[in-house]
Amino acid sequence: MTDVYAEDFAGGHDHPGFLRKYVFSTDHKVIGIQYGLTSLVFLALGFTLMLLMRWQLAYSEQPIPLLDRVFGPDHPLLPGGAMLPEFYNSLGAMHGTIMIFLGVVPLAVGAFGNYLVPLQIGAPDMAFPRINMASYWCYLIGGIVMLLTFIVPGGPPNSGWTSYPPLSVFATHGQTVWLVAMVFIITSSMLGAVNLIVTIVQLRTEGLTFMRLPFFVWTQFTTSFLLLLAFPPLEAAAILQFMDRVAGTSFFLPSGLVVSGEVIEVSGGGSALLWQHLFWFLAHPEVYVLILPAMGIVAEVIANNSRRPLWGYRAMVYSSLFVGFMSFLVWAHHMYLTGMGTTINAFFEATTMIISVPSIVILTALVGSLWYGAIRFNTPMLFALAFLPMFGIGGLTGLPLGLSTSDLYLHDTTYVIGHFHYIVAPGTIFALFAGIYFWFPKVTGKRMNEVLGQIHFWPTLLCMNGIFFPMFIQGMAGMSRRMYDGGLTYAHTEHVLILNKVMTHSAFALAIFQLPFIINILWSLARGARVESNPWDATTLEWAASSPPFGHGYFAAPPVVYRGPYVYYVPGADADFTPQFQPGGGA
Amino acid sequence: MDIPHTTVVRDDTGLYNGKLGIWLFIASEAMLFGGLFSAYVFLRNGVPDWPNAADLLNVPLASVNTFVLIASSVTVAAGWTALKTGSLRAFRVNFGLTALLGIVFIAIKSFEYSEKFSHGHYPSTSNFYGIYFVLTGVHIAHLLGGILVVLYHAGPGARLWRTDPARFVNRIEVTGLYWHFVDLIWIVLFSLVYLT
Repeated sequence: MTDVYAEDFAGGHDHPGFLRKYVFSTDHKVIGIQYGLTSLVFLALGFTLMLLMRWQLAYSEQPIPLLDRVFGPDHPLLPGGAMLPEFYNSLGAMHGTIMIFLGVVPLAVGAFGNYLVPLQIGAPDMAFPRINMASYWCYLIGGIVMLLTFIVPGGPPNSGWTSYPPLSVFATHGQTVWLVAMVFIITSSMLGAVNLIVTIVQLRTEGLTFMRLPFFVWTQFTTSFLLLLAFPPLEAAAILQFMDRVAGTSFFLPSGLVVSGEVIEVSGGGSALLWQHLFWFLAHPEVYVLILPAMGIVAEVIANNSRRPLWGYRAMVYSSLFVGFMSFLVWAHHMYLTGMGTTINAFFEATTMIISVPSIVILTALVGSLWYGAIRFNTPMLFALAFLPMFGIGGLTGLPLGLSTSDLYLHDTTYVIGHFHYIVAPGTIFALFAGIYFWFPKVTGKRMNEVLGQIHFWPTLLCMNGIFFPMFIQGMAGMSRRMYDGGLTYAHTEHVLILNKVMTHSAFALAIFQLPFIINILWSLARGARVESNPWDATTLEWAASSPPFGHGYFAAPPVVYRGPYVYYVPGADADFTPQFQPGGGA
Repeated sequence: MDIPHTTVVRDDTGLYNGKLGIWLFIASEAMLFGGLFSAYVFLRNGVPDWPNAADLLNVPLASVNTFVLIASSVTVAAGWTALKTGSLRAFRVNFGLTALLGIVFIAIKSFEYSEKFSHGHYPSTSNFYGIYFVLTGVHIAHLLGGILVVLYHAGPGARLWRTDPARFVNRIEVTGLYWHFVDLIWIVLFSLVYLT
């Protein structure tokens, strides 16, 4: 059997040039790193946009330090260095879009999934290496097109990351560019998802049955199905919105719609609700796309550093699959206030309560895995441990939003912002930090600095809570999440206005305490202690490969798996861990 | 480096990589068209009066088109069977016919479009026309993609037949699955938009 990939990209025999090796690479490890670096840049950018917003909320309409010098006093969106309301709205829309579609998901799935899944299942590469490359390039083009919205006339989209019509249909040209960029990003996810699923199903090495897969691989498997099946309806919706904006259709515009005091001339008969249904059909599963890989990373780090098998591995696997399935049946809990009717509300309340059960099962199993553990408190473990209560807070505060009665009061307040940020920011992003610290030695062959890691962790934990916890207090006091001035014009929230400053100062402190992380990466790359293939005494297959794994086919021979993924502390064993790839009997 | 199971079926799953890949891709596409069809139903139910499709659309012409596409499904399957029996020539004829039938479909469709335009019926005219143009347009885009792939395999792509016939047959099977899916979408679209 000849193989075109083998002919084109044989590792070890020919030496591909720089472009083939590092830019247009089909090697899943290089693509994983490309995804990782690109998404970290986007995360930093999305974070910067948020800093500008936070400045505006605490120091309404005051010139932004430095920025007034950079853009001069006459910038149309920043007159005198202070931002206009339109620009504030754009920042909100772009912060959400960049963080979710260009930052967290590509890091969690594109980077971690690409790099680790083939290693953890003992495969030589992804099933379709060239499609893998196409997936990255679609993502990069989508990202660049998304950034172009900042320079099109009229400025970037300002209808929120949800792009609700009719507002979005009449928004700036940037909205059209946003729709085009989304089509690229959706294509990228689809290609990546197909690739991951086929890889996991088809390329597991000898002895690696489904119930021996590391939990991380299971979460990538479920996540890929969500990306595969939930994104296309948004693509459909994007096509329809594109037609509304460009071809003058009225899919989302009702008859007799009044804009700026005048009835607009469209054929009418459309419905803004149609967009919301199509959008949230994507965007609720998307929430689980954000959280499932994070749970997978945390499970790996906790099992390794508590030196214990995962407690309830099977329950976790079935729960993650059930979460994936249920996530397609809860979308309209974002729409209680649209007047869908109590019957539909009751259905979505029920499904929403049901979906919280498997999430709690996974969280409980992770906490249970610590019981009787011999815990090592290193940086990855600290981030993984912090994930547990942070995700817990995020999840539990979601329950009142899932019931329409309490949602009536809390909807569109800063409480909602606090809720989902606890899940994504101190939740998912902590897990991603844990993953970076944990697998950095595998990717680079160097260990990250522990002291800098701790300097990064503790202030980050504090600042994250300093930003997001006050949002609950403000939200329950009735603060709208859409206030450009941070609520100055609200008489009834006067007593919680001071929290705006707490949050803003925490945000800027958070930015400063990311410096140790960046320094740590650069310093460790240059000066970090060299490590062997298995520095953490871990059990899964990626630790059988050299650190860093070189070329394609980095295993000396196709590895064989003899046991489950987390065999620690077997009585009578030589060491406190027994890797999957170590021959011999036993569990 | 060899990727396992590019041509050889994996024992415990009974699949080669490309076949699983195309089924997943088709599932994704089904969700795309599912979203558009749902939008059609939603828009239609949302207004008191929805036009009678037979009065506005050319049903006879679309019926002809339906038969054109069904015929192309036969030829695409015949192409695969021909390869299985080892005849590259018969395969090329059948795939050439498939592409031709696809082009005939698009030609008839563009005649339908121009008929609409000449009567001043555009996507912006009403949501009926809007969703009609979107559904048929997205379908044509998929058909165009299919035609390009079919032509590639009948032409330069057929080189693979000499070096790796098993792999080439797999590619043809996968192409056929996609082609059938695009036909199926048209049959649903035709029933939903033209006949109801």
